[in-house]
Amino acid sequence: MSELLKSLQEAILTIDEETALSATQELLDSGMEPEEILESGMTGALLELGRRWNCGEAFLPEVVAAAGIFERCSAIVEPALLAKGDRKVSDKAVIATVKGDLHDLGKNIVGAMLKTVGLEVHDLGKNVPTEKIIEAVKELEPKIIGLSALLTTTMPEQENVIKALEEAGLRSGVKVMVGGAPVTQEWADRIGADGYAPNAPEAVRVALALTQVAA
Amino acid sequence: MDTVLESASRKVVIGPDKPFVIIGERINPTGRKALAAQLEAGDFTTVEKDAVSQIEAGAAMLDVNAGVPGADEAKMLVGLVELVQELTEAPLSVDSAMDSALAAALPVCQGKPLVNSVNGEEERLERILPLIKQRGAAVIGLAFDEAGPSMDPEERFRIAKLIVERAADHGIPPEDVLIDPLAMTVGAEPQAAVVALETIRRVREELGNNMTIGASNISFGLPGRKVINNSFLALGMAAGLTSAISNPLVPETPMTLMACDLLLARDEYGMNWIKAHRK
Repeated sequence: MSELLKSLQEAILTIDEETALSATQELLDSGMEPEEILESGMTGALLELGRRWNCGEAFLPEVVAAAGIFERCSAIVEPALLAKGDRKVSDKAVIATVKGDLHDLGKNIVGAMLKTVGLEVHDLGKNVPTEKIIEAVKELEPKIIGLSALLTTTMPEQENVIKALEEAGLRSGVKVMVGGAPVTQEWADRIGADGYAPNAPEAVRVALALTQVAA
Repeated sequence: MDTVLESASRKVVIGPDKPFVIIGERINPTGRKALAAQLEAGDFTTVEKDAVSQIEAGAAMLDVNAGVPGADEAKMLVGLVELVQELTEAPLSVDSAMDSALAAALPVCQGKPLVNSVNGEEERLERILPLIKQRGAAVIGLAFDEAGPSMDPEERFRIAKLIVERAADHGIPPEDVLIDPLAMTVGAEPQAAVVALETIRRVREELGNNMTIGASNISFGLPGRKVINNSFLALGMAAGLTSAISNPLVPETPMTLMACDLLLARDEYGMNWIKAHRK
């Protein structure tokens, strides 16, 4: 990995916005492919941050701040990606915190990160009724849905959404990813979700894997 | 204004000149995956241990939540309430988002329980408040509504006032409504504690209701959580907080609160403080 790419990662990890933005610009000026900056540089930093978060070495304000820096670095790379002209029409993602649940911190971070890896994110907000999610799936035809639940009492809503997708005949056309503090891989398997992620960077990885399979 | 809660044999009073009341938070599978798995398997050893140890550690009341995903919450809640009442004499805070679970558990509670919780959503108020009145219970009112938690203390205060008024419409006196001013995560929202503290001040000055708060959310995602939680509770007490749903098994928590009782003249002759140091 080039020194500059490393310094971009380090800057995101240490919440040094100025250096992160200038390193992104320099990498672009040096002729590096924008995809590589995005994937190896920026996303690599977030995956490392996710690893640190999981083992208690990184803390919430850092995750929130890094997601913000990531977004602003993306804005620098974006025009180059578009100018290349070979970028596909982006896949859509619909994300929501399920009905009865007002926790949207994790969902918002996931949303910001999904945007930056090229997904067109439609955030339905928090406390979103199942019917509204079904409507959005019909209207937008997303490749993937992300459902967040932070309470044991609202987790069953994730299952309800999956059932409603089946009843509406929409299930086979869309991948469903679930997350939230009480959610586990086991729960995801039990309710028939396609993917589970324990944190936001991992959610990005899972979303990319699922959308590629779906393509 | 004093709020009285009762078990079959014990009375707990929450009030501005009474010692701060800890409502033990541990009997709750939310965020405790191992406990959730145990409860689902019908294993109650952790609940038994948590009930007794929280009282020994200084909790005056116990919160009981049975929200295990996929399980019959009403049945589980009734079972946990019965179990905890056998093991301790503490009045209970019955904690559920499900009306049916509350309706099933309230008749099983002895004395005068606390119900956790309602918020400013009119629909939920109209469903739960009649249950509270009928049972002669007290209730926690969370200061948010359909729109979710506001970061404007004015808005939180408006909702707190609305809950107190709706309760009065149903014949529930203000002393039986505990306002929860909301502890959001300071790691994601730097103003989280400031907004909560301002809400506490306004409720104390303009409504006079007692208050409680689920405090540990304030420190989520940060290092040194115990110190943050206890400092927040101390600031909250100074602003007018009269109880909290927290974990007394962290020894610094009951100690911090007891010291604040002493400093705020809520511990007559300092006897609670002295007693805690003699044992």
